[in-house]
Amino acid sequence: MPQFAIIAVSILFDGLAYAMFLFITSVGLSVTMGLMGFVNLAHGAFAMAGGYIVVSLTRDLGIGFVPSLLIAAVLVGLISVVFERGLYRRLYKATDLEQVLLTIGLAFMAIATATYFYGPIPKSVPLPLWLQGDINLGFRSFPSYRAFLIVLGIALISVLWYAFERTNIGAKIRAAVDNRRMAESVGINVDLLFTLTFALGSALAALGGGLAIQLFGLSPSFAVLYLVLFLIVVAVGGLGSLKGTLLAALVIGVIDTGGKYLYAEAGGFFIYAITIVVLLIKPAGFYGRE
Amino acid sequence: MTAALQVQDLNRSFGALNVTRDVTMTLERGARCALIGPNGAGKTTLVNLITGVLRPSSGTVLLNGEDITALSQAVRARRGLARTFQINQLFRGLSVLENICMAIGERDGENNNMWRSAGAKRSVIDEALDHLDSLRLVDDALRLVRELPYGRQRLVEIAIALAQKPRVLLLDEPAAGVPSSESHLILDVVANLDPDIAVLIIEHDMDVVFRFAREIVVLVQGAVFTQGTPKEIMSNEDVRAVYLGQEGHDAVQRGGRHG
Amino acid sequence: MAANDPTGAQSAIVTPVRDAAATAARDRAAEYLVSRHRFRWAEALPWLACIAVFFLFPDRLTFGSQVLVMVLFALSLDLILGYAGIVTLGQAAFFGIGAYTVGLGAARLGWTEPVSGLFAAFFVAALAGFISGWFLLRYRGLTLLMLTLATAIMMQEAGNLGSEFSGGYDGLPGLVFDPLLGRFEYDLYGRTNYVYALVVLAVVFYFVRRIVYSPFGQALTGIRENVRRMHAIGSPVHWRLVTVYTIAAGIAGVAGALFTQTNAYVTLTVFDFENSAKVMVMLILGGTGRLYGAFLGAAVYMIMEDYFSKLSPTFWQFGIGLLLVLAVLFARRGVLGLFEQFGAYFTKEKSKGAKP
Repeated sequence: MPQFAIIAVSILFDGLAYAMFLFITSVGLSVTMGLMGFVNLAHGAFAMAGGYIVVSLTRDLGIGFVPSLLIAAVLVGLISVVFERGLYRRLYKATDLEQVLLTIGLAFMAIATATYFYGPIPKSVPLPLWLQGDINLGFRSFPSYRAFLIVLGIALISVLWYAFERTNIGAKIRAAVDNRRMAESVGINVDLLFTLTFALGSALAALGGGLAIQLFGLSPSFAVLYLVLFLIVVAVGGLGSLKGTLLAALVIGVIDTGGKYLYAEAGGFFIYAITIVVLLIKPAGFYGRE
Repeated sequence: MTAALQVQDLNRSFGALNVTRDVTMTLERGARCALIGPNGAGKTTLVNLITGVLRPSSGTVLLNGEDITALSQAVRARRGLARTFQINQLFRGLSVLENICMAIGERDGENNNMWRSAGAKRSVIDEALDHLDSLRLVDDALRLVRELPYGRQRLVEIAIALAQKPRVLLLDEPAAGVPSSESHLILDVVANLDPDIAVLIIEHDMDVVFRFAREIVVLVQGAVFTQGTPKEIMSNEDVRAVYLGQEGHDAVQRGGRHG
Repeated sequence: MAANDPTGAQSAIVTPVRDAAATAARDRAAEYLVSRHRFRWAEALPWLACIAVFFLFPDRLTFGSQVLVMVLFALSLDLILGYAGIVTLGQAAFFGIGAYTVGLGAARLGWTEPVSGLFAAFFVAALAGFISGWFLLRYRGLTLLMLTLATAIMMQEAGNLGSEFSGGYDGLPGLVFDPLLGRFEYDLYGRTNYVYALVVLAVVFYFVRRIVYSPFGQALTGIRENVRRMHAIGSPVHWRLVTVYTIAAGIAGVAGALFTQTNAYVTLTVFDFENSAKVMVMLILGGTGRLYGAFLGAAVYMIMEDYFSKLSPTFWQFGIGLLLVLAVLFARRGVLGLFEQFGAYFTKEKSKGAKP
């Protein structure tokens, strides 16, 4: 196989794995922002919390990696309900600025708490044997973990797709994103719906946080460092759009990976440039409502 | 003499919904015209098209004979097209006086000044107070808008538009939301507007319409249903049918939805 | 006759001749507007405090200069956030551009004269503000947040991309600047730098104060309060916003330039998201849209950070987060807003019934 094809396949493979991580972590943010117009800068903190819970469960309690992911997702989902009911709810009608400040404040507190308990050094996580090592495809071998990420991502996308497009709750969510007042007037309990999606979105973020450990290592700065990426995925994809979030995650995942393969010095320059261009042309993102 | 405002074949659609359809109407200088029609007829949309909040899908708007269809809302305003809003759009955290000065400052360019203290130009303040005087708002000049009762806020809404020294004034339900005990204050102001200003008023209260207007345009489902003098409209059976029919229709729908 | 006077028809109703009481009411109204902008003695306090610091804490003046730089930076944000209501997460972009203008000027071009460096920083940052503002300020809400944020990070990445020229994340250490005005050498205790920063701050503050109290500043407040009405009364809203964004960018650039000059080094971390967030936090804690909020907020933040982060940086970060949450929930107008509330409470108690 020629060299450029190998590179292209590698970029696609790693980019896809990265995109799955971005999608899983950002999709909840997109739906909650679309539903309530709430700017949640603490979303990265929920992801980080999920990551640290996985670290504790695997390292301290010896629970397997995959069960830990599930437990972390459920725990963070539950905790997020407390935040949503106790704090976020008060600010749905507040200005962008106040939402930004409240959630930056929460993110700071989360980072400090994580630093206190886990220290600033990046953590790793013990993986089961089947996720270690590589899958050899002849011309090149790929890390099994990334393959796992891609499979898991596709599975989750299918489930979410089904839930969003085919179930009753999904239809209600779409209706509420589209026109909140109308949805309320036909008897949809938007508040409850929001709590549910918020919890689900935070749980997915926690899952993403757990999955990220093996990719990037986990340190307290994760909450802010990757938040910018999640926000970009959401804004570029369009608020409240599953399709848009997926497309944005793919574009950004593949382009960022490609940039790192081909022109490492550029760092993240390309994705920011692309973000700016996309938003200037389509301020509401790929699939957002203008 | 060129008309103050001319609207020609104006269309606007949101998706498949045509909210404004082939509207053509003319406001002569000093006109007193009422725009009436059942709920959802597209009256506010028409005002938004005329003032430039919305762009028409097709058609033209002429102000004093000049085509302003492509111009921004702000440029239209500076050329003498003023409006009030159905729901108050005021600077709630500022005093009444400052609300008026804002409009005067934008009109005469004072608001481009970065160096002078706001309020240091006496002519602006004097003019603002003249406007307030004429609407009997002087006593409230230094109060914050958000502290005023709703009826007085509606007056400020009109005062700002008048401070623009408009040649065409669009009043979107000026007395909406005001208790009937106070609404006469607002209607007096409307009735005593400068006779040179062309005024288009959207109003539901037929007494007000017949008292104020010299001509009436009836809008139904985005299109001009008919227009004429109050007498003609009053005696028009079709208008009655539309009004009563529509209201009856609405009532049935309302009953159906809740029942 | 009455053609251009919409009130003409009305004067028949209202007494046409103004009596003495009416004239007095007019004078009072004019006086009210002008008096809000008049210099008050309380305004001297922060400046006197700055001068007192020079004499009382001669060994902390290096830190003092840093505080003054952040006051200037927060002031630039107050102009757009507090007055015009533009929520940005990328003000660090202009701080960084200013910082690198003098940094690169000194390191690569040998432009080591400090005061002209400030002017250069102002113009370069203002130009960047004008260009980006022209495109960005059409948008609001999340789109604007993302665009400003992405702009700042893109500047950082661009700096990293050209690291041979910019020095990358290692920065440009050991910059040497000419003596101030060709006369004052930089001493070990930072006395020169402190006075330099204070004078620059005072000059910029004077200009900002004129702007916010001018009719133009009033129009900005109008845009913040009700942008729909501003369009309706003919205000060129986009142009106004671009103008103030450009000025604020220039001021942030001056702050960045001062930062580089007083530290004699600069790295790409000036473009960090944390830098944009930090200055916003300072401003919010002090109180937006009230000039001295930037002063108080930046000073209090810097002093607390200096003190607490010595004890425990983690504790400090948690505390500042908690403070933000509490500020949003209970003190939306910042520390100065709280003072004003107390002040208003007491004056009300004192003079019940006395109306202006």
